[in-house]
Amino acid sequence: MDFTNTEEQVALRDSVRRFVERQYDWDKRMAAVRSGNGVVDEHWTTMAELGWLGAGLSETDGGFGGSAVENCLLAEEFGAALLTEPFIAHVIATRMLAKIGGPEVGELIESMVAGSLRIVPAFQELAGRGDWMVIETHAHEQDGTVVVSGAKSLVEGAGKADFFLISANLGNVPALCLVKAGEIGLSTTAYRTIDNRRVADLTLHGAPARILAAGDRAADALAAGVNHGLLALCAEAVGAMSAALFATRDYLKVRKQFGVSIGSFQALQHRMSDMLIETEMARSAVLGALGYVDDPDPDLAAQWTSAAKLAVAKAGLIVGSQAIQLHGGIGVTEELNISHYYRRLHAIARQLGEEDLHLARFAKANDRKCAATVVAA
Amino acid sequence: MMQFRYTADEEAFRSEVRNFVHENLPAEIATRGRYDYHPRSSDQKYWMTQLCSRGWSVPHWPERWGGTGWTGVQRFIFEEEMRLAYAPTADRVGTELVGPVLYHFASEAMCERYLPDIRSGKTYWSQGFSEPGSGSDLTSLRTRAVREGDHYVINGHKTWTTEGHLADMMFLLARTDPEAKPQAGISALIVDLSSPGVSRRPIWTMDEGLSVNEFFFDDVRVPVENLVGEENAGWTYAKFLLVNERTTSAEVPHTKRDIAQLRAIAKIERKRGRPLIEDPDFRARLARIEVDTMALEYAVLRALTATGGAADQVASLVKVRGSELRQQIADLALSALGDRAFAFCAEPGGEHIMFDDGLSSPVPEYGIGLAAKAMFRRATTIYGGANEIQRNLIAKTVLGL
Repeated sequence: MDFTNTEEQVALRDSVRRFVERQYDWDKRMAAVRSGNGVVDEHWTTMAELGWLGAGLSETDGGFGGSAVENCLLAEEFGAALLTEPFIAHVIATRMLAKIGGPEVGELIESMVAGSLRIVPAFQELAGRGDWMVIETHAHEQDGTVVVSGAKSLVEGAGKADFFLISANLGNVPALCLVKAGEIGLSTTAYRTIDNRRVADLTLHGAPARILAAGDRAADALAAGVNHGLLALCAEAVGAMSAALFATRDYLKVRKQFGVSIGSFQALQHRMSDMLIETEMARSAVLGALGYVDDPDPDLAAQWTSAAKLAVAKAGLIVGSQAIQLHGGIGVTEELNISHYYRRLHAIARQLGEEDLHLARFAKANDRKCAATVVAA
Repeated sequence: MMQFRYTADEEAFRSEVRNFVHENLPAEIATRGRYDYHPRSSDQKYWMTQLCSRGWSVPHWPERWGGTGWTGVQRFIFEEEMRLAYAPTADRVGTELVGPVLYHFASEAMCERYLPDIRSGKTYWSQGFSEPGSGSDLTSLRTRAVREGDHYVINGHKTWTTEGHLADMMFLLARTDPEAKPQAGISALIVDLSSPGVSRRPIWTMDEGLSVNEFFFDDVRVPVENLVGEENAGWTYAKFLLVNERTTSAEVPHTKRDIAQLRAIAKIERKRGRPLIEDPDFRARLARIEVDTMALEYAVLRALTATGGAADQVASLVKVRGSELRQQIADLALSALGDRAFAFCAEPGGEHIMFDDGLSSPVPEYGIGLAAKAMFRRATTIYGGANEIQRNLIAKTVLGL
């Protein structure tokens, strides 16, 4: 086992820190958040130029030779900076496409990595309540073309999409379909989230689509995309909670009440230590999951990604909420970044399935693994 | 003899209150109350007028000043019925802070001057206690009041003034003797906020709403008659207040109302084809909160019905648990919305919008306000005496540590 980042990975991480320092400090971030799209349009181009959009893909898959490790590294830095760019959605879409494979899809990935094409995944529905396996949207043949009807929720980055990569049922098997943005029969309704992202509802009424995969191939691609998205999301949370923790540490050192810095109070030191334990357990779960996210055994990938999500959600809520608490009144203000860390961590805890979903997913996958190893009572 | 349940009389009283509310609270005001962002001041004033004509606007005050003479349990029942019906909350600073301090410590003349208008809802009050450098360490406050002839001249900076943007008057703690020990040099003064030298800045909170403000005092002249009680006795009055409000600060009626609202939502929302209220995981989470709330309700009732030491001891505990439950119920309510839990939803027809993103919200009508509430609730464990301070007090005064 070796958890040390390579030199290239360190350089990648540093490139994000430089970008944040120069182009995404707190004031710039809030200005972006209050702007029309909630993002800075040029940043996606910068992210492509810096190689971040392909850093997590192998060369065979159309990237620069990395893996989930690079995506997590990037996501962690984005979490610390509270970046609102839809990077997680990009990870999900590129991974789904990479798993589908084939030369045609390869070209799509290439353009996505270059930042010149934006394919946005739409794989959740209201009835699922976070469970991406609930698919009521359906695709069927009509006059020689395939059309899709249904509704998708929580589509991040819809405003900038060139295409949507949509999960739908084709007969009674899952399929992944490409629908062009602005297509007849497709409408999007955007709204702002409590953590200042922009997401949309998609409504489809017989929208023309292209099937990229169906049956097992689609199911595997959906699973791969979501697993990688979960992991990157977890890494983002680790970055956010770590940043909130250390911002709070700094505050405790300077804030004086009762004639001393409040960081000298043992009760608060103990709480901060608990927060650090949570953060490091969450980070460790993510590192563990990195070893299994691409495992050919779907149970291992599911078990580990759900474990990471559970650890991260719990830790994020504790660290985020206590970071506010330890700041006192100013922690609840809109102006200071602390409440924004909480809002993101709160949203991440709910994103891609809440606790009940992942406990069930973990337990089911884990049961199968445990059944394979029988220990006498 | 011990009595573990509400008596028939108490239940009859509850019905009486419920009927009054049903007959006098307009549906429109109740709807706004359900969205529960920040009560519209016109709604509050309207409701105070209704309550006042029934003699119910300040139930806990002495009867001579307009109180009802109810028992602690009756007052608790009354508050619960108000919350269940989404009636607007009163100006709490006026009715629960200024009123009690005045009738306990101030002159007859001062009581005559201010209490009737609080009782009728005519004047709205804010609390000038905290400062940027004096949060949990309130006695370190630095706002200065210097006696000059028949005025005090006030200079300083107050923060976290709740609903200060609606207030006419402020109950202010200021330092009148910088030489004395901190807690022995503070006075309580009444400030008319329209006085020259008073300025206000809104503080937006993480729900993107306006609840609190900062106030700046630049040579504000306040007549000497506006001193409450004795000079340099202000900290006594502040401490009295903290003790006084502990049972209401548990906010049990609010949490019970939120639970009822959540049950209604869970009957509409569906999970795996069935109403959410049937989902085992949701049911378990809700049950935990309900169980804790039931225990807390009885803790509050103990505090309200006992006298002396026992009452004090339990009262000091309830704010900690109560504030945590406010957070838990708000988070579960958001979970109930499923994918709609993520949507930010600006106050409908709101009087104060920090940022208009120009987008619509997909939140169903019964979900309006829940996300903002869940965000704002992060403050419950901080305001009204941060829970860390509450724990210090519990350890010291109850456990003797």
